[in-house]
Amino acid sequence: MKLTTTLLTSTALTVAAGVAAHAQEMANDMTFVSWGGAYQASQQNAYAEPYKEMHPEVSVVWDESSNEAVAKLRAMNEAGNITWDLVDVVAADAMRLCDEGLAMEIDHDEVLADAPDGTEASDDFGDLIVSDCFIPQIVYSTTFGYRTDMVPEGVEAPNDICDVWDTETYPGKRSLEKRPINNMEWALLCDGVAKDEVYDVLATDDGQQRALDKLGEIKDDVIWWSAGADTPQLLADGEVFMGSTYNGRLFSAIVEQDQPIAMMWDAQVFDLDGWIVPAGLPEDRLARVMDFLHFATDTQRLADQAAYISYGPARASSAPMVGKHAELGIDMAPHMPTDPNNAKNTFLYNYEFWADYRDDIDAKFQAWLAQ
Amino acid sequence: MSNVTDATTGAGEPMPGDNGTRTAKTENGPVMAADGRPLKQTLRRTLRREKMRALLLIAPLLIFVVVTFIVPILSMLFRSVENDIVQNTMPETVQALRAWDEQGTEPPGDEVFVPLYFDLFKASEAKEHTKLGSRLNYEQPGLSSMFRGTGRDLDDMGEEFQDVFEEIDPAFETAAFWHELLSGAGGEALLKERRDLYEALTGEEMRGDVGFTPSTEMAEMLPWTTKAYTDFAIWTAIEEEDVVAEEEPWEAVYAALGQDLRSPDTVAAIEAYSGPWSTTLKAAAENRDQLPQDSFREMFVASDKDWGSLEAWRTISLYSPPVTAGYFLNSVDLTKTVDGIAARPETQQIYLTLFQRTLIMSLIITGSCILLGYPVAWLLANLPLRTANVLMILVLLPFWTSLLVRTSAWKVLLQQQGIINEILVWLGFVDDANRLILMNNATGTVIAMTHILLPFMILPLYSVMKTVPPSYLRAAKSLGATNWTAFWRVYFPQSVPGIGAGSILVFILSIGYYITPEIVGGTSGVFISNRIAYHISSSLNWGLAAALGSILLIVVLALYWCYDRIVGIDNVKLGG
Repeated sequence: MKLTTTLLTSTALTVAAGVAAHAQEMANDMTFVSWGGAYQASQQNAYAEPYKEMHPEVSVVWDESSNEAVAKLRAMNEAGNITWDLVDVVAADAMRLCDEGLAMEIDHDEVLADAPDGTEASDDFGDLIVSDCFIPQIVYSTTFGYRTDMVPEGVEAPNDICDVWDTETYPGKRSLEKRPINNMEWALLCDGVAKDEVYDVLATDDGQQRALDKLGEIKDDVIWWSAGADTPQLLADGEVFMGSTYNGRLFSAIVEQDQPIAMMWDAQVFDLDGWIVPAGLPEDRLARVMDFLHFATDTQRLADQAAYISYGPARASSAPMVGKHAELGIDMAPHMPTDPNNAKNTFLYNYEFWADYRDDIDAKFQAWLAQ
Repeated sequence: MSNVTDATTGAGEPMPGDNGTRTAKTENGPVMAADGRPLKQTLRRTLRREKMRALLLIAPLLIFVVVTFIVPILSMLFRSVENDIVQNTMPETVQALRAWDEQGTEPPGDEVFVPLYFDLFKASEAKEHTKLGSRLNYEQPGLSSMFRGTGRDLDDMGEEFQDVFEEIDPAFETAAFWHELLSGAGGEALLKERRDLYEALTGEEMRGDVGFTPSTEMAEMLPWTTKAYTDFAIWTAIEEEDVVAEEEPWEAVYAALGQDLRSPDTVAAIEAYSGPWSTTLKAAAENRDQLPQDSFREMFVASDKDWGSLEAWRTISLYSPPVTAGYFLNSVDLTKTVDGIAARPETQQIYLTLFQRTLIMSLIITGSCILLGYPVAWLLANLPLRTANVLMILVLLPFWTSLLVRTSAWKVLLQQQGIINEILVWLGFVDDANRLILMNNATGTVIAMTHILLPFMILPLYSVMKTVPPSYLRAAKSLGATNWTAFWRVYFPQSVPGIGAGSILVFILSIGYYITPEIVGGTSGVFISNRIAYHISSSLNWGLAAALGSILLIVVLALYWCYDRIVGIDNVKLGG
């Protein structure tokens, strides 16, 4: 068997995965950590349920702790008792977990399935593997939604990121996330900084002040959110005219709940979400997780997830297989952030930059908010 | 008390004729028990046994409280000053850095960069160097990627040496060469020292046979090489569970030999050396010109230019001691500089404002709880029992509802398109274009938290008022007091202990609140606890969170002490 021969030459880590493939000692209980809501449901439908059908002896417990996964993993590690088997985190958190030695390094080609045409996993995922510990799952974007019925008459609907600042043409409040990430970049873009210079400018004290000054122009019109569900709610209540949030949240407000909201894709910021395996799992649990990962991150499964939520699959080979919404039967492709019509002007989250400057800029941002 | 009885009467029937002596003793010395020992002692022993039994009975609770409450709190508080990660991750660098002048204008030279290379190499094998980067990044942005990026380049730096050595003599490629050259006798102390350093670095025990003992002769002749190889040997044998004698060493060992050959003393010693592998060593020494000539500092700066910056080194040096006041300084908007303590830039000052806001708003919330709670408690205490019970349920009902539900309900009520604004607009009190902003500011926090904390004020007030006999008021009135005088001079003073208890409860609870302020507080209604929560779960700066928490704890204790001095804690009543 080809698999067996590769195993002989592989590292300790993949030996464990190989053990999994050959069904030796595998734990039957798994605890997955995710974000709750529609997103977790999509993972349950696309990954966990089919896997449980293949392995009826396996049971899965879900824990909705992804937004504080880094802190909790750190605490678990200090207590010496890792209770999670697989954790869904954003890429920036995966990098931090990897830096702190809390997540296991993964040999993507050994652990993950090849694409149907034989492309190795690392090529199929490509640049999206931003950390050695990170197994990308979806591409999502942080972008704006607006109330279609609150656009003043005779005015074109907002289609430019700088319309967020244009409170004369588009009166009404805005909702922005209560943290500097994304907001600072948008502010600089609308203050005339070229797209490829944004992070150079933002690395300087003057640039940071410039971004805050630009945000200051609309400070009185902003409601700051801290949970992804806030903006759809504020839009639905008519509290704000436009607001930023994750595109999947807006999708469900627009398509599934039929609210008078539309997307404004301009300058959407791409980010990644995916799995990490906590470091230090016992062998039998690790074996089971690796077996699950091999299944749950293959081309078909990633494409399946897109039938439940409008996030783009992270494998290049999955993109052509994205089909229709599982319940509504509408075509999902036009709702994907990666769809060419939506991705005319996009922005890529700079992980390295924010890993370095997050604390510093956040202190300034919060001090500015408190003024 | 059966033991006491036993001790005094049961044990040892008094022997006839014994009586005389005993009485005599009793007259002169202490009272004796029946068994002839002093009664005091026996009694004390019995009581001690009783106490031990009582202690055993409460032991489960005591242990539970200590283990799950006190120990975690103390360990969390300890984090506010703990800083041994710098010393544990790069022990020799920190030592070398002590000789460097922080006030000077030049970043350190190779005397620091050489130990830095070997410290970091070891740390990156153990995957500890990025933790240090994250720690130092709290003090200076950019250090995180400096450590992470350079961690990836360390292998390449060593490989440059390795390639040259292997070209000089293929023997350098063999595991046997290194093992035979450096093994010997007398190096147990060095082995133990390196092992201890590893234990400090990883926090794990590094027990077990290494299969290698460094030779003292080599440790003198090739100091860096011996140290680097010993590190490699310990890691290989204990963490990777391989046989040291069969493994080709780390790149760092080649770099170490390169560094050793830069010293003329070493070259001279090698020329005089005639032990095993002397020809190979001599060949390396002769051809040392072919080795990379860049200093380690140049190699680091090539990897990340920030290594050459004075500012980065000042930060590392300032935060190298194992205990730091840095977190506490940060939490009061100060910072450490080479010239001593200084205020943080104004654009980053936030914590003092938040502490002040937390205290003031908690006082406002306590005040409004008193204003709203007092009449309700009075009604509850004075209405007929049946009506009072119905009212009581209304007071308690919010208690049984989830905090999040109550706060979210306030959102629905308070927002600009919310119920309160809609009603006011409909009644014509408020113009549609200028709806009241009741939420996402301090007002929202005060309204929602007053409602949530109200039961904590009403219940102690009620239980105190219940004990004030109504006849007192009647007596006052019959003596000619007006309603107000009767209330203010007779009733109110008796209800003060209830106000005291309620205020302490409400104030201390509100000082630590963060969910409600987070949801309805916007930017001007958030508390210091929101920042603590942020540092615990988002920024992971637990040291700063611990310092902020310690300060909050101290402030609360100080206020409690003041309260005790002014009002007296004995005047507080939680129940009748």
